[in-house]
Amino acid sequence: MHPDAWPAILLTLQLATVSSLILLLIATPLAWWLSQTRSQWRGTVSALVTLPLVLPPTVLGFYILLLLGPNGWIGQITETLGLGLLSFSFTGLVIGSIVFSLPFAVQPIQYAFETMGRRPMEVAATLRASPLDAFFSVALPLAKPGLLTALLLSFAHTVGEFGVVLMIGGNIPGKTQVVSTQIYSHVEAMEYARAHALAAIMVLFSFLVLLGLSRLRRNGERVVS
Amino acid sequence: MGSPGFDRVILVALLCGFSCPSATADVTAAVAANFAAPMKSIAAAFEQQTGHKVSIALGASGQFYAQIRQGAPFDVLLSADAEIPRKLEEENLAERGTRFTYAVGRLALWSKDPQLVDSKGLVLGSDRYQKLAIANAKLAPYGAAAREALQNLGLEGRLESRLVQGMNISQTFQFVSSGNANLGFVAWSQVFNDGKLISGSAWLVPEMLHSPIQQDAVLLKSAARNPAARALLNYLQSEHAREIISSYGYSHAP
Amino acid sequence: MSTSATLSICLSLPRADFTLDVDLHLPAQGVTVIFGPSGSGKTSLLRCVAGLERAFGSVVLAGAVWQDNARDIFKPTWQREIGYVFQEASLFEHLNVERNLTFGLQRVDRNATAQALAPIVELLGISHLLTRRIASLSGGERQRVAIARALVTRPKILLLDEPLASIDLARRSEVLPWLERLHEDLRIPVLYVTHSVDELARLADHVVLLEKGRVVSSASLSDAVASRQLASALGEEAGVILDGKVVACDTLQNLTQIRVGSHHLWAPDSGIAIGNSIRLRILARDVSLTLSSHDDTTIQNRLAGVIVSIEPDVHPAQTLVGVRCDDLVILCRVTRRALTGLKLDVGASVWCQVKSVALIV
Repeated sequence: MHPDAWPAILLTLQLATVSSLILLLIATPLAWWLSQTRSQWRGTVSALVTLPLVLPPTVLGFYILLLLGPNGWIGQITETLGLGLLSFSFTGLVIGSIVFSLPFAVQPIQYAFETMGRRPMEVAATLRASPLDAFFSVALPLAKPGLLTALLLSFAHTVGEFGVVLMIGGNIPGKTQVVSTQIYSHVEAMEYARAHALAAIMVLFSFLVLLGLSRLRRNGERVVS
Repeated sequence: MGSPGFDRVILVALLCGFSCPSATADVTAAVAANFAAPMKSIAAAFEQQTGHKVSIALGASGQFYAQIRQGAPFDVLLSADAEIPRKLEEENLAERGTRFTYAVGRLALWSKDPQLVDSKGLVLGSDRYQKLAIANAKLAPYGAAAREALQNLGLEGRLESRLVQGMNISQTFQFVSSGNANLGFVAWSQVFNDGKLISGSAWLVPEMLHSPIQQDAVLLKSAARNPAARALLNYLQSEHAREIISSYGYSHAP
Repeated sequence: MSTSATLSICLSLPRADFTLDVDLHLPAQGVTVIFGPSGSGKTSLLRCVAGLERAFGSVVLAGAVWQDNARDIFKPTWQREIGYVFQEASLFEHLNVERNLTFGLQRVDRNATAQALAPIVELLGISHLLTRRIASLSGGERQRVAIARALVTRPKILLLDEPLASIDLARRSEVLPWLERLHEDLRIPVLYVTHSVDELARLADHVVLLEKGRVVSSASLSDAVASRQLASALGEEAGVILDGKVVACDTLQNLTQIRVGSHHLWAPDSGIAIGNSIRLRILARDVSLTLSSHDDTTIQNRLAGVIVSIEPDVHPAQTLVGVRCDDLVILCRVTRRALTGLKLDVGASVWCQVKSVALIV
């Protein structure tokens, strides 16, 4: 295996891990709100959350790049704060991945909360648990399968990301070059053997992740029923 | 959540990432994808000679343009055309006086079939093929050149229905090499290496049939004080570099 | 009844088919059964008392104001000292039985140990279930765990929403005896929602009749059972429920003698020891009237009394006659034809012949 591959693989795993963990933190309260609220904003928020699913990744990447750049409002904030620009950095990639995989994280969790229904929370209330207490001691444990699905789907989705990462990262080896953009570079440079090798690893990896996911879910189902 | 083994893998990956030193390059070059192969050779030679490390980011020139405008940390740009470096210079994102043509692309009519294309390109006018691949003229300089050539040969109208468009020269090449198109206008550098045709049959399209496919390089504003970056650009114009570039099927500016 | 010892519920809540509109003052002890047909608002009422639904009005338990719209007070459910048993047990699937019980315990007393569970576990007979997973319990066992769980938080009132409704008949014996035991041992008021006469008969001290969201009657059990409203609510099953005490046993004939008020009734022996309190049920259709007492009849239980009410019955051919026998009122089902034939009217002296006495065991 080509030595260049390892930094790319490591970066990909790092990106996927950090993104999916942060995504879990963002998506869970969001999914909770969407499942519980009767507000008129529910439909709008839901549509916004699903938007990254239908936008072409390169387009998404381009607009996030604009936002993070010197003229974008996030870029201007970060510069004022002395943080420089987030584009073309790992942080920028994480932001892009989070937006890109948001619907993959929110939907399974929201579904888990909705399936749970209102009864467990009512029961918790009759047992002196405040709403916050009940969320952590009842809702979250019951939604564990959904949380797991969200984590693994975001992880796998980020590993396969291309357009967003290319746009926001610039495909700089060792810094923002992930496995998918490295494969692209190999193909462009007509280094097909390397491209095949990397692609095979990616496919195998994704397959194992999904296999693991279905195993874990089946275990979870056995416990609950 | 998850088996302990899985957690451990994640931990290792994270730790490795934090401690793994990514060798910081002295020059980060944004290079048009089609120039990947020669650039790799040139960079290796440059590194050996000067000790400066070069990091090559491959991509599409248009993508690089957008990214540079957004503050991308590239030091030099090797574009696939002349337009983008000129615009960057105009917009004050590139150092004035550093722009030059590092290579001139040659257009080739190529087929995977070693019998199909003759040395005069007469097969174009025949009906011994169904599909002709060509790059999108708006997006790729090779595409624009191919259109020009067809126009000058008076064949554009007649062949319009047989055209298959690729988004870029790489995709166009893939159409032909995969057999989806019997013929295609590709970059000579894609099919010619070390003094001979890699495979199939080709016709090197005479330069008078289209405007020159000038590929320009430029030093970006952010690297104004980067001596290694300037050195790389100079190296590109050296005798050794020019030899490498020629061997990959490119011409030089007159 | 002093205000300090009552549960006062004044609520109004619009629903799809009706509006729940109640103004109740219930005793702050004993079991109050909220009785009525399906869709009469019983569950909504219970949920409002618990704070799970937000009605307009007030809820005050023995001085503690849980809700008072006039003063802009609304205590959310988790701040009300209630124990609630849902119709489908609704135990936490992700915890075993013991953890389900300690869930509430931890929140009322952070330092409490599992030892504190012992008396309630014993009361509900679930000590052998503590380490089991919820999925492995039967319906009856689940409900007992649910009741125990509700009691663990030392509530000031226990609310049960048709706890036996989702348990099949055969399994109800797994829960009912425990509920009756609860009835004896608990010092807190209990609100018990049901549409089952059997449960009402066994458990009620006070009865609230609900129909289409309105209170038709709110009375003690003895007053309620003789009332026209409950009778018409019970329809075919109209009858009376009496409290009595076992005073003698005829082991040769397998009979038990029960003192009810100032009367003695014989019933088939059911193994209850002498001295125990017991409830009986006498269905109106098992009582007939005669003008004089006869010994040449198979009927063992005959009580003298005076007719106090004649009400229409389910079928136009029949009437429900209320007869006061000293301190008891017994209902009998008599055809109008018979009434006119015997020239019976309010005030007439008659003998009630009770063919069958059902002991509620």
